[in-house]
Amino acid sequence: MSRSNELYQQVILDHNKNPRNYRVIPEAELVCEGHNPLCGDHITIYVNVDATGAISDLSFQGNGCAISKASASMMTAYLKGKPIEEAKLIFSEFHDMVRGEFDPKSRENHLGKLILFEGVKEYSSRIKCASLAWHALMGALEKKQSATTEA
Amino acid sequence: MPNPSGTSAAGGTASIPAFKPVLDIKKDFPVLNRQFGGMPLHYLDSAATTQKPLAVIEAMNTFYMESYGTVRRGVYRLSEKATEAYEGTRKKIAALINAASEREIIYTSGTTQSINLVAYSYGRKFLKAGDEIILSQIEHHANIVPWQLIGEMTGAVIKVIPVDDTGTLILEEYKKLLSERTRIVAVNHISNALGTINPVKEIIRLAHAVPGGTGAGPGGRGAVVLVDGAQSIAHMAVDVRDLDADFYAFSGHKMFGPTGVGILYGKLALLESMPPYQGGGDMIMKVTFEKTTYQSPPHRFEAGTPPIVEVLGLGAAVDYLKKTGLDRIAAHEHALLEYGTAVLKEVPGLRLIGTAAEKGSILSFTLEGVHPHDIGTLLDEDGIAIRAGHHCAQPTMDRFGVPATARASIGPYNDASDLDALAKGLKRIGEMFR
Repeated sequence: MSRSNELYQQVILDHNKNPRNYRVIPEAELVCEGHNPLCGDHITIYVNVDATGAISDLSFQGNGCAISKASASMMTAYLKGKPIEEAKLIFSEFHDMVRGEFDPKSRENHLGKLILFEGVKEYSSRIKCASLAWHALMGALEKKQSATTEA
Repeated sequence: MPNPSGTSAAGGTASIPAFKPVLDIKKDFPVLNRQFGGMPLHYLDSAATTQKPLAVIEAMNTFYMESYGTVRRGVYRLSEKATEAYEGTRKKIAALINAASEREIIYTSGTTQSINLVAYSYGRKFLKAGDEIILSQIEHHANIVPWQLIGEMTGAVIKVIPVDDTGTLILEEYKKLLSERTRIVAVNHISNALGTINPVKEIIRLAHAVPGGTGAGPGGRGAVVLVDGAQSIAHMAVDVRDLDADFYAFSGHKMFGPTGVGILYGKLALLESMPPYQGGGDMIMKVTFEKTTYQSPPHRFEAGTPPIVEVLGLGAAVDYLKKTGLDRIAAHEHALLEYGTAVLKEVPGLRLIGTAAEKGSILSFTLEGVHPHDIGTLLDEDGIAIRAGHHCAQPTMDRFGVPATARASIGPYNDASDLDALAKGLKRIGEMFR
């Protein structure tokens, strides 16, 4: 399989074309706009948290490439219902994986099907595309209104 | 398959004109003859930076190996020889753009620094609150942000010449913006994001005729004009005296030379009126703690040890440009632009952004349902190098309602095989995302 076919797998192309949770949550508790200043792409994340500290609703909107859009789509689908602390742990595993600092095969982890994005580590110019929505989510959980991939 | 003659495989069909090459110079550029992942490289990013001919690489290597020394300081032979070669490039550049004197040629680090030099030196001295700077809507950030910074310092205000839907400047709107408050007009010769060739001679004539008082025009009236020539210098013959440009800025690395060196041309009378931009060694006449006096142009604007070997390399690049012939380069690239425009129009879902009647060899486009960054990554798989993004021209992207475009930019070393590969790759990507 060629290098980029490994990155642009059918699942990613499908999430790009039919993104899940691609909507505004009216009066969401937490809203954060994530920017990638390198390319000008931006994704806004909407979050509601329930009384137990779990993410009860999670959505996104914005403009981005297939990698950033699919990453946002799969992130929202995967994290909905999970406790905030677990979401933060998954963020750090995901972030380390796409930067090539964590091999998901080396130990047990919480990434599930998100390991599809492991191929991103081969593309230094695209790592920030994959992590844009995640930075925005972390920004939202820290009650920030904006976040950037340059943090 | 690239064919050795460089003529088009698709040539002769009803909709795609045959491409007849004027030049065959790919062989002069070592990197273009390498294989990447078993495939030939189709380099279509010359607007970002051009590849280097062997002549430039060898000139720099030879200088490091045989003659390297500092310039304008040493009294030993090595330094004297280096100084001769270093100042010799200044004469070559002056001849290339038909400047009246090599004293009008300032070495900078590139177009960006050239523009900043004018903004900070000329702008800070001559601009005051309420003065106006006119830019076009399709400038590179390097010809926007320095003027914004100077505007904040001086109170000068920025006005913008709009473009129509083809990316052509609306000259009638420009005429309305010009007034006795206009002090500076700064426009590019060719837009890096769209390829539009701007009518800079007419823009300059009109600016010089305004009733204000910068002295650039006849009778001590008129506004001064800076032309950002980053995209034009290696693609068409430029004559600064015919244009009557006050300042003309360009980069070495976009004209087959090395990075780290660029040029600011300025009319001598203007340069003489300007204070230093940076202080340091080599730009002074005499330094005491009480008072320092400065060199005349161009050395007044060249503080510190310059990029000596890069200047040498730039001299070799000018020799290469002259040997190849700028008129032949322009003819070759224009033929490829027409061929490329025709083959891209056959790609389903492709929209060309920038369709001005007068265009340099730049093809900016979007592909329905595919983000430009995905296009860039996937074309790389076919050995095709293009630029994807906002091209440091976000106001241009806003004007056309897109966050980014993909851009294929053509150099004199390209041939029809490069554009055939591009069109084929884009068709594949379009299908993949459908």
